Amino acid sequence: MFRFLKVREKRVKTASRFLILTMLLANLALSACGDSTKSATTDDKSDIAVGSLLDETGPLNIYGKPMADAAKLAIKDINNNGGVLGRKLKLVSYDTQSDTGKYTQLTTQIIQQDKVAVLMGGITSAAREAIRPIIDRNKQLYFYNVQYEGGVCDKNTFLTENVPTQQLIPLTQWGIKNVGPKIYVLAADYNFGQISTDWVKQYAAQFGGQVIGTDFVPLDVSEFGSIISKLQDAKPDIVFSILVGGNHIAFYRQFAAAGLGAKMKIISSTFGVGNEQIVLSSAESKDIVVAYPYFQELTNQTNQKFVKMWQDEYGKDYPYITDLAEATWNSWHIWAEAVKKANSLDREKVTAEIEKGLTWDAPRGTVQMDGATHHATFDITIARANDKKGFNLIETQKAVPPAFEQQVCNLVKNPETYTQFTPGQK
Amino acid sequence: MNLDQLLNQLLTALTSISLLLLISIGLAVIFGMMGIINLAHGEFLMLGAFATLAGVRVGLNIWLAMLLAPLLVGLFGLLVERLLIQFLYGRLADSMLATWGLSLIMVQAVVFIFGTTTQGIPTPLGNFSLGQYSVSWYSVVLILAALLLISVVFWVFKRTRYGLLARAAMQLPEMAMSLGINTRRLNALTFAFGSALAGAGGALLAPITGVVPGMGQAYIGRAFMNVIIAGPGVLTGTTAASGLLGTVEYTASYVSTPFIGQAALLIFAIVLIRFLPTGLSGRWGKQL
Repeated sequence: MFRFLKVREKRVKTASRFLILTMLLANLALSACGDSTKSATTDDKSDIAVGSLLDETGPLNIYGKPMADAAKLAIKDINNNGGVLGRKLKLVSYDTQSDTGKYTQLTTQIIQQDKVAVLMGGITSAAREAIRPIIDRNKQLYFYNVQYEGGVCDKNTFLTENVPTQQLIPLTQWGIKNVGPKIYVLAADYNFGQISTDWVKQYAAQFGGQVIGTDFVPLDVSEFGSIISKLQDAKPDIVFSILVGGNHIAFYRQFAAAGLGAKMKIISSTFGVGNEQIVLSSAESKDIVVAYPYFQELTNQTNQKFVKMWQDEYGKDYPYITDLAEATWNSWHIWAEAVKKANSLDREKVTAEIEKGLTWDAPRGTVQMDGATHHATFDITIARANDKKGFNLIETQKAVPPAFEQQVCNLVKNPETYTQFTPGQK
Repeated sequence: MNLDQLLNQLLTALTSISLLLLISIGLAVIFGMMGIINLAHGEFLMLGAFATLAGVRVGLNIWLAMLLAPLLVGLFGLLVERLLIQFLYGRLADSMLATWGLSLIMVQAVVFIFGTTTQGIPTPLGNFSLGQYSVSWYSVVLILAALLLISVVFWVFKRTRYGLLARAAMQLPEMAMSLGINTRRLNALTFAFGSALAGAGGALLAPITGVVPGMGQAYIGRAFMNVIIAGPGVLTGTTAASGLLGTVEYTASYVSTPFIGQAALLIFAIVLIRFLPTGLSGRWGKQL
């Protein structure tokens, strides 16, 4: 069998040379297309191109699909209400296929060829950090609508979802008070998981608890036998899950199958964002405690209208409107509001409008943009997964600010900041 | 280490080994024996899992659904062999490209049919106590299923006339043909058999993972590594490789982290293939 390899070598070489040539030609063709669209100017009545990059296929699509649906619905809603500046929005979206490498390529393409007025997207922090250098180089306005490890301080970037201080403080505090002090952290093995884990350690100590073990799990691991064994050895009160993506869903299933639910409780800052409670059976997800800004079950009027509009568009049987989907909806509207107020698509003018502390009546309650940090302040609700594939709300904390970012980041005073602060670094 | 802890470790390690075997036995037949680099192997597993899921959804008993899934994937394999693979024997690079394309088509087709958020199957059977540890009954099922599949492969290739002819058609195709053996038909059957084994692996995976269209990606790398380490011996090689690699990965992730576990697995595989370039079973002759 390995003999074949040698015989084939020459042919493979020729083939790869051909492949490279084809790619070069394709590139040429693409850049030619790019040039021909250059003539669009700002004062005509043509549609405004706006960009979205999300993982609609691959393991991350459990997050990306609802977000992509939200982006389409938001654009439709904005256009139905007259668009902005008397023009309609045209959504340019690409599927990044759960591949961080694709972000680098497609971000450049969407900025330079599609010339979008604003770019939203990126799901993992790795994707966001692939996008950021490119948007900073191109002076492109960018919104990141996913909860993350916090600390990004970047003049061109707005981060509209919750950061650890907003989510991990209420969650850790609630867990230690209501479940027990011994915490075992399981986190996805990249910067989001690692920095979040540092925060959990700090808050646990602050609220009288203790982290007795941590494990970082690579995104492609779906076999949790060794971890189940370790949990049984360590006997924590709380398993704090910061697991991410389709493969990690297996943990909840294997945890339930081994009957560990009777011995320890899962608290999670990520469970539910990817509709884990839909993929799992209700017996497997029941009792997992989470904290998010948004739940489909919220009873305020804005949310009721939002849920109705969503179900009219995508059907009554749509699994669950995720927190990230709602955040995506909010960001498109916040950008549109800012454009209307600035009466311009100009990045600096739009940014200045948002920095004034723009508020938006969101399904989650009032979202107030935090001008200095480019983050946002909103309510956080603690809830428990129920046996009907949804959540029972436990308690809500009003207007939770991005506390850590407010300590380290001030983009109004220091506009030339393009960095990410981490805990312990000031 | 207490007795219950030891038993729990042993059982979990055995489960890891069985899982490795279940995900790679189909590939061992298709790649190890037939020499086709089937980059769609992960998607064959995925198809097995989805067939089981579909079966459960229409109301079949879960075990019956698991039994039907390999048959379905086997039939699909037969179709793939007739339409695609039969033109690609001995064309290694071309078969890689074709099967990779096939894998993309399969993932997207499943997305079309089932959507991206898919309900999985809860693990059946519950759990039992082992001292102060609790263990899922299903992990015992996995170990037994791995043993069963090994026996089936052994029986098919060693005890049936088809097995004898199939091995002849792989090892000395010209000689087999000159003796009047229809190698085309045998190749098709063997490919279908390998596909069915992959389908069985996927069916058994379904209740312990999230059944999602992209799930094949998580397994394909490990399956290939296992089969390459195994070498030409489909049965002995794959079993030995699963045992070795499974133990290394489980032990390393238990004493340190899953990340180190994966790294240890890769380093171990690289060192092994450096000193045994034809795999574990490379020097065991033309045995199964």
